Amino acid sequence: MTKNFMIVGVGGQGSLLASKLLGAILIDEGYDVKVSEVHGMSQRGGSVVTYVRASDTKVYSPVICEGEADFIVSFERLEAARYVKCLKKGGTIVVNTQSIDPMPVITGAAEYPAEILEELKSKGIHIDDIDALSIAEEAGSAKAANIVLMSRLAKYMDIPEEKWLEAIKKQVKPQFIDMNLRAFELGYNA
Amino acid sequence: MKKLMLGNEAVARGLYEAGVKLVSSYPGTPSTEITEFAATYDDIYCEWAPNEKVACEAAFGASLRGARSACAMKHVGLNVAADPLFTLSYTGVTGGMVIFVADDPAMHSSQNEQDSRHYAIAAKVPMLEPADSQEAKDFVKLAFEISEEFDTPVIVRMCTRIAHSQCAVELCDRVEKEMPAYEKKPWKYIMAPANATRRHPFVEERTQKLTAYGETSPLNRVEFGGTEKGIITSGTCYQYVKEVFGDSVSVLKLGMVNPLPVEIIRDFASKVDKLYVVEELDGIIESHLKNNGIDCIGKELFSPMGEYNQATIRTAFGIPQPESDSTETAIPIRPPVMCAGCPHRGLFYTLAKHGITCLGDIGCYTLGSTAPLNALDSTLCMGASISGIHGFNKVGGEETEKKTVCVIGDSTFMHSGMTGLVNIAYNASNSTVIILDNSITGMTGHQQNPTTGYNIKGDPAAKVNLEALCHALGIERVRVVDPYNLKECEEAVLEELSVEAPSVIISRRPCMLLKYVKPQPALKVNTEKCVGCRQCMKLGCPAISFKDKKATIDFTQCVGCNVCQQLCKPGAICKQED
Repeated sequence: MTKNFMIVGVGGQGSLLASKLLGAILIDEGYDVKVSEVHGMSQRGGSVVTYVRASDTKVYSPVICEGEADFIVSFERLEAARYVKCLKKGGTIVVNTQSIDPMPVITGAAEYPAEILEELKSKGIHIDDIDALSIAEEAGSAKAANIVLMSRLAKYMDIPEEKWLEAIKKQVKPQFIDMNLRAFELGYNA
Repeated sequence: MKKLMLGNEAVARGLYEAGVKLVSSYPGTPSTEITEFAATYDDIYCEWAPNEKVACEAAFGASLRGARSACAMKHVGLNVAADPLFTLSYTGVTGGMVIFVADDPAMHSSQNEQDSRHYAIAAKVPMLEPADSQEAKDFVKLAFEISEEFDTPVIVRMCTRIAHSQCAVELCDRVEKEMPAYEKKPWKYIMAPANATRRHPFVEERTQKLTAYGETSPLNRVEFGGTEKGIITSGTCYQYVKEVFGDSVSVLKLGMVNPLPVEIIRDFASKVDKLYVVEELDGIIESHLKNNGIDCIGKELFSPMGEYNQATIRTAFGIPQPESDSTETAIPIRPPVMCAGCPHRGLFYTLAKHGITCLGDIGCYTLGSTAPLNALDSTLCMGASISGIHGFNKVGGEETEKKTVCVIGDSTFMHSGMTGLVNIAYNASNSTVIILDNSITGMTGHQQNPTTGYNIKGDPAAKVNLEALCHALGIERVRVVDPYNLKECEEAVLEELSVEAPSVIISRRPCMLLKYVKPQPALKVNTEKCVGCRQCMKLGCPAISFKDKKATIDFTQCVGCNVCQQLCKPGAICKQED
């Protein structure tokens, strides 16, 4: 069986670290794993998407298409809506309630759909929204919002909390370990 | 030991294991990390060269001396390195030499969608195409063996989805390759007509031998899955085909995409009822089949544009897509933007304010073309801004000289801007050139270059003095401005446009994302003073938005560059403590 995860957000929000963490945990659990990212322009505030696929047999394609994602972790509200078409029927979206205006909204050419998560919920889509930014700030830095979101995803997976904590220790710089562990605990128990 | 590795990281590991001694490259998405990861191995000498031609020639020099060498570039980089490539095909190699080229179907970060396989065909050199990270590493080692056995440079073609996807890779040890004593071989390495005439038949013969090699090489393999459908494919398309069909169709996976085999294809074709070719971009394998009288279905089902995926395959073969949800609400697009505090912004604001025509170049500053700045008129290729403004002004005369500039980054200027500037000086056009010096190669993710004073390892290195260089190239008027100072930018631009002489303005401030650049405290908007004039919104800063008829600044993004403050007439934009 293959599980498909998408991590979406705005360039610079830390989605690459999140996908690295998830990939490392899944391969440690013995799955065949593929993680696909797009680099380059992604630092510049554009919409970014990372695919993580894990299978107990074999993963071929590195990407996830419409109707295939079991989970979407969205670092921003609008991005959750942008990729909702990729969600498998019955799948889950973990979403940070933060909103970041894209340039067409800033210039006044478009409007930010403020009630977008409510609309998705009203369609029966399973949305788990969380104020990851506030929780991260409580842990010590707004930058740890990515770890808070991954801790929320962790609740839906059969991987013990300790394994996540171990993986975080390996992935982040020594001076940020404590803060990120705190962010995970706060998110996991929120 | 198995490790999750990016395709590019696996290539670097392959270079290490293959005993490669030199890697010289110019950064370019999606190829950059090959050289960055290679530089983490102390056994490989790695460098950022000023451009791909220089990099390729440095690798040639290392091969000539007998070492295994490599260079890596994006697809358009191979255009720059094409000159050495075509004749390297004739000289062949001493130490194995491999050129990595990364195509970017769907143009995630590129200006065109060219298919690099055409180069392998045109230059008559072998090309391998891996389909995942493990193959990437394995193919690197095989490429060096082919290079030395057949006396040829070898191209390994990556694409975005292979370069930037991670999967498990089995690691091996490095095998050192001893360099033979240097031996002078003018008949092989001096490509004057008399020698080149004798080398060309060698090239033709080599292609025959390589074709024969491809017929039996494990690079090209058949996975038999019944007689109903046969699919010939390569690289990332192989993964999409397998994702959809698993083992239910027969697949001929080509790992060597030039020269293409004939017999293995003919044999495969004879065993299946219907034959398909699945290849991204151009129908090169398909044409090969048709040239050899083998009927197949290819581009009538598949587009020559963009990236494929499993959904593309399902659509082409009439297989239903999985059900999915959707929203009726319009979702605004989120294009990439110049970062908050980007030093290019102040300069672009000045150009936009005065309606100045601006020929652009390749780099982060291409983002100045988008709303609300809309500051650019053209982006073609590396260096074309400077060469282009010369031609523009030569025919436009005074009418264009007084209101046209060009912009080019520090790294792009080193890559291909200098020769254009010489042309402006030598053939005298009153052109105003702006070098956007942010002290790094920005768009590809912060690589050092000859103007930064550091090498690929981050160690101090010779630093090109841009002012002295521009003077030496024949430009008398060279001045430096701080793009965070709008008044200074405006004065410099208007004055240099007005003078009857070529000039260079160096707009200098390091990229805000550099680790050593310390952000200033975020600014805020005093809502009592804000009159909603939207002047600050003209900057297109992602940290500033407009809520309830007032500007507001996102503290998580603002780095306190103060450029917006200079535009705020009511003085509403202020420091947090004010």
